[in-house]
Amino acid sequence: MPRKILRLLALAPLAILLSGCKLVVMSPSGDVALQQRDLIVASTLLMLVIILPVMALTVFFAWRYRQSNTKATYDPDWHHSTRLEVVIWAAPLAIVIVLGAMTWVSTHLLDPYRPLERIDASRSVPEGTQPLVVEVVALDWKWLFIYPEQGIATVNELAAPVDRPITFHITSSSVMNSLSIPALAGQIYAMPGMQTKLHAVINHAGVYDGLSANYSGAGFSDMRFKFHGVSETEFEQWVEQARASGNTLGRPEYTELERPTAREAVRRYATVAPDLFHAILNRCVDSTKMCADEMMRVDARGSMGHAGTYNVAVREGRDNGERGRGPAQTYVLAICTTSDPYGMRQTAAAQPTQQVN
Amino acid sequence: MQAAHDAPRGEKPVFYVTDGHEHVHSGDSTALGFWVYLMSDCLIFAVLFATYGVLGRNFAAGPTPADLFDLPLVAINTAMLLFSSITYGFAMLAMEKGKQSSVLLWLGITGLFGAAFIGIELYEFSHLIHLGATPQRSAFLSSFFALVGTHGLHVTVGIIWLITLMVQVRRRGLGAENRRRLMCLSMFWHFLDVIWIGVFSFVYLMGVLQ
Amino acid sequence: MTLDPEQTSFLFGRLTLGALPLHEPILVATFAAVALGGLAVMAALTYFKLWGYLWREWITSVDHKRIGIMYIILALIMLLRGFSDAIMMRLQQAIAFNGSDGYLPPHHYDQIFTAHGVIMIFFVAMPLVTGLMNLVVPLQIGARDVAFPFLNNFSFWMTTGGAVLVMMSLFVGEFAQTGWLAYAPLSGSQFSPGVGVDYYIWALQVAGVGTLLSGVNLLATIVKMRAPGMTLMKMPVFTWTALCTNALIVASFPVLTGVLALLTLDRYVGTNFFTNELGGNPMMYVNLIWIWGHPEVYILILPAFGVFSEVVATFCRKRLFGYTSMVYATVVITILSYIVWLHHFFTMGSGASVNAFFGITTMIISIPTGAKIFNWLFTMYRGRIRFEVPMLWTIGFMLTFVVGGMTGVMLAVPPADFQFHNTLFLIAHFHNVIIGGVVFGMFAGIVYWFPKAFGFKLDPFWGKMSFWFWLVGFWVAFMPLYILGLMGVTRRLSRFEDPSLQIWFVIAAFGAVLIAFGILFFIVQLVVSFMRREQLRDLTGDPWDGRTLEWSTSSPAPAYNFAFTPVVHDHDAWWDMKKRGHERPVQGFHPIHMPKATGAGAILSALCVAFGFAMIWHIWWLAAATFAMTILATIVHTFNYNRDFYIPAAEVAQTEGGRTRQLAGE
Repeated sequence: MPRKILRLLALAPLAILLSGCKLVVMSPSGDVALQQRDLIVASTLLMLVIILPVMALTVFFAWRYRQSNTKATYDPDWHHSTRLEVVIWAAPLAIVIVLGAMTWVSTHLLDPYRPLERIDASRSVPEGTQPLVVEVVALDWKWLFIYPEQGIATVNELAAPVDRPITFHITSSSVMNSLSIPALAGQIYAMPGMQTKLHAVINHAGVYDGLSANYSGAGFSDMRFKFHGVSETEFEQWVEQARASGNTLGRPEYTELERPTAREAVRRYATVAPDLFHAILNRCVDSTKMCADEMMRVDARGSMGHAGTYNVAVREGRDNGERGRGPAQTYVLAICTTSDPYGMRQTAAAQPTQQVN
Repeated sequence: MQAAHDAPRGEKPVFYVTDGHEHVHSGDSTALGFWVYLMSDCLIFAVLFATYGVLGRNFAAGPTPADLFDLPLVAINTAMLLFSSITYGFAMLAMEKGKQSSVLLWLGITGLFGAAFIGIELYEFSHLIHLGATPQRSAFLSSFFALVGTHGLHVTVGIIWLITLMVQVRRRGLGAENRRRLMCLSMFWHFLDVIWIGVFSFVYLMGVLQ
Repeated sequence: MTLDPEQTSFLFGRLTLGALPLHEPILVATFAAVALGGLAVMAALTYFKLWGYLWREWITSVDHKRIGIMYIILALIMLLRGFSDAIMMRLQQAIAFNGSDGYLPPHHYDQIFTAHGVIMIFFVAMPLVTGLMNLVVPLQIGARDVAFPFLNNFSFWMTTGGAVLVMMSLFVGEFAQTGWLAYAPLSGSQFSPGVGVDYYIWALQVAGVGTLLSGVNLLATIVKMRAPGMTLMKMPVFTWTALCTNALIVASFPVLTGVLALLTLDRYVGTNFFTNELGGNPMMYVNLIWIWGHPEVYILILPAFGVFSEVVATFCRKRLFGYTSMVYATVVITILSYIVWLHHFFTMGSGASVNAFFGITTMIISIPTGAKIFNWLFTMYRGRIRFEVPMLWTIGFMLTFVVGGMTGVMLAVPPADFQFHNTLFLIAHFHNVIIGGVVFGMFAGIVYWFPKAFGFKLDPFWGKMSFWFWLVGFWVAFMPLYILGLMGVTRRLSRFEDPSLQIWFVIAAFGAVLIAFGILFFIVQLVVSFMRREQLRDLTGDPWDGRTLEWSTSSPAPAYNFAFTPVVHDHDAWWDMKKRGHERPVQGFHPIHMPKATGAGAILSALCVAFGFAMIWHIWWLAAATFAMTILATIVHTFNYNRDFYIPAAEVAQTEGGRTRQLAGE
């Protein structure tokens, strides 16, 4: 079978490379990344079916029909062959049809928003399994991970038990970033005021690299963290370690943390204000600001008319260090609404923090 | 065209145009070139319409179209622009007949309608800003001012061009070059009319009716 | 308003002496070199009394051939700048290991990768493509000039104006630190309050006017000014690709203008299009910029495909295989290029169906592209291949580009893209198609058409040296990046932790050095060819035994291109004429109607650059003044009705007589 030989040929350099260096994309440790790897390999082989013959023919024709080779046929007016034309359109078409089908199916199966159905190729997710929820915030220039279930948070360190599905809820505090853990499941953008999701599972214990894969300013190169795939017990210990730190992450601490810094060491927080992620996502950690979801509700109801026009305040622009300070920013003030008649929800949310302080 | 130059079988084909007749004059391309330019300009408006479509409901708890838009005023404004298109049409008819003074008269009236349109628009903008509905207040207002303002800017450019052309027609009459320029401005002017109809329906009418 | 009144003065806006990078030795040295070089050139021009010649024959010229040549010169100058940036990045990434920060702090490094991208796309690839189209298209369609010769001159100077603004940012202030597409909100006033993004915006806006108008111009030229008999399906393939490229320019650059204008409003007026607050939506920016950005890729590659089609037919001395399918493939690519933009951000979280749709449309583009490759391949089949330098570039392209095409399709599979997005694998991919496609194509085109522009061929030895260094250099520089991408290394990093990566970056840096030699040898080729121009002289006007109309006139072509407009019977019109024994008319010349040179384009562009500079530095009085002057100058220009003249028949007869004697070998 020539195709079999081709495949083997294609795999040979791959194998050499695999042994030579850590090609994390080619040998990942999470099931999602593994399926992505299989897709990469399959699509590559599929395309090599056409690309290798083209490259070989290019070299062969160039050599065979060189000017000095007068023995070769010379047919200056041969410029059309319906049969050949059909082949040269149909061959790529056939490959694209196969690849397109693969793409359609795999894009839906590996949609980052889709809850996992399997832990790995042989095990499906047992019914009733609750995924581990991690709320991720891309900050300038570090990562905040909030574990709502455990009530803890960490900066620049992520851990998860092996074989337990993880659901990431991802946002950003300032600009676009991308949460990328190649060994686990690749990446998805982290955007201010937006929530993206990623479902993944880690199948092998180990320490893996995590990073931001979308340029976000001066400290971008340092937006790295370690992702620890650990056993259930180790995970519990890890959580305990955070709890033992005694640190609290409330709104004032977050506001401090949010300032642009680079090369931050790992930090752990024993408690986290319960609605902090909601406030970050809706850009209302400053409780005098109206939350974005509230704003959307107001807008959907037809806004607040002229009364709303001046319901704004101005605050200082962002300090970018040597890159200068941004202009003063206007923002919409929080208001009392029917669902929150005294505007208490916002202030109440800030309360626990104040008590701890 | 090809048949004319293809020689009958057996004879040597014609390979050069030797009769000295220049088969292409640059003027022939102007209509096409200007039309292509207008289509590209149309794409700028497409971007602004798309932006308005995406951001037009983001009031940021501020004023909405229903709070702000004064439909009768906008209707008058629309009438100004529509009338100006009609009067431009009269100018073109006069041009076909070669009546220079009539062309100038109709161009003048067109310009006045255009100026009235810009005047009313500026009044509307200043009124909105006076109410606190500034372009900075919300994404809706940003996209509104950008779309309507870009159209207004185009009309302003059209008026400057129109005045320039009036001077040129006075000086040099209705020669081939000035006719070509009048035709280009005509396309530009009617184009802005069409865009405005889009703005009127999509921004004002739909905004108030929501 | 984004400006802080305390830090600005009326006279100079926010421009202060502090904006001059006197503390950065690299920049001071560069500035000194540029200033000395500039002074030397100016002194030489004055000494040899060339200023008048330069103004009359080049700066104010409306001759499409001269404008084409000036575009290519601009591109080559900017290539040196863009490539210096590349070398600096490669060096930084090769040494920033084991706790070393390298020699470039992020402030500097981030400007370099931004400038590299902007310059290479807008001021190298675009002028190369536009320049080649300008030079060749009117000749290929048997026209005397483009449809709007003044506009052509103006377009060139606007493109140059944009380049001037980018170069200015090197020595006055700073450039953007945002990446070449300046994604909001990072490029907004909150996160980038400095002048960098403003330089980016105004440089691209000024150059964008030029690009758009030249697109309109060439489109009208191709549609309206073809020689009699040249129906659409008898147009040379390069002209076809030029037609499609200019249609793409006209239909995509306004989107760039629009989105940058909105970003400008965000930055200058404080609106909320792409901000995080008050209802702004940064994702809108990403969508809009890629709706321009993806067609842009095809704007660059299609003319390169056109060059390869001409070169392969000429040097295989054989009719192009599958002309019709080549044309349809080009048109299909043109149309499809509008419905694939989302593949640049599968990771932004669109639904699976949306992602899959855009992934599949992207793959579909590989079908016509594949068909093209096969067409070139079967043109070689049963040909008589001469391995002249343009043909070498073509074969190098075919072997390189298919790999880039393959990795492109890999990136188009959304789940795979979740791994590859923004990694060095992506960087390797697009350099693979842009260098292996566009750059190789443009070099092939320059070598191929050089005799038509200057009357002598380029020296083949140095051309081959340049080719081999480029080809090998490319593979050595970018294969490690594919591997690094598979190792999960992302783009735009200025330092690394994992020491096992370093070897690959060192190899890549070595590859970049090889490419540097490729560029150097290209320059050597130009110099050596100029010295040996008498030996390399092309007296026939048809040095390669060509197939299309540009080879039917003399080298260099006379100002009027053709004494008599040719009549076309076949898409290889000149080949057909040669085969069927045409006779070049040697008498009966007529006066030829030609456009007059004008300085208006250069003056308007200078005003626009001054306006851009004033806006960047918030010097409002200067901005208002230059804006008013631009409007005024435009109006004044429209009062100039004296725009053409006739070359007398006697002069035509004299020029053509010279050619007759030349052809006879006298």
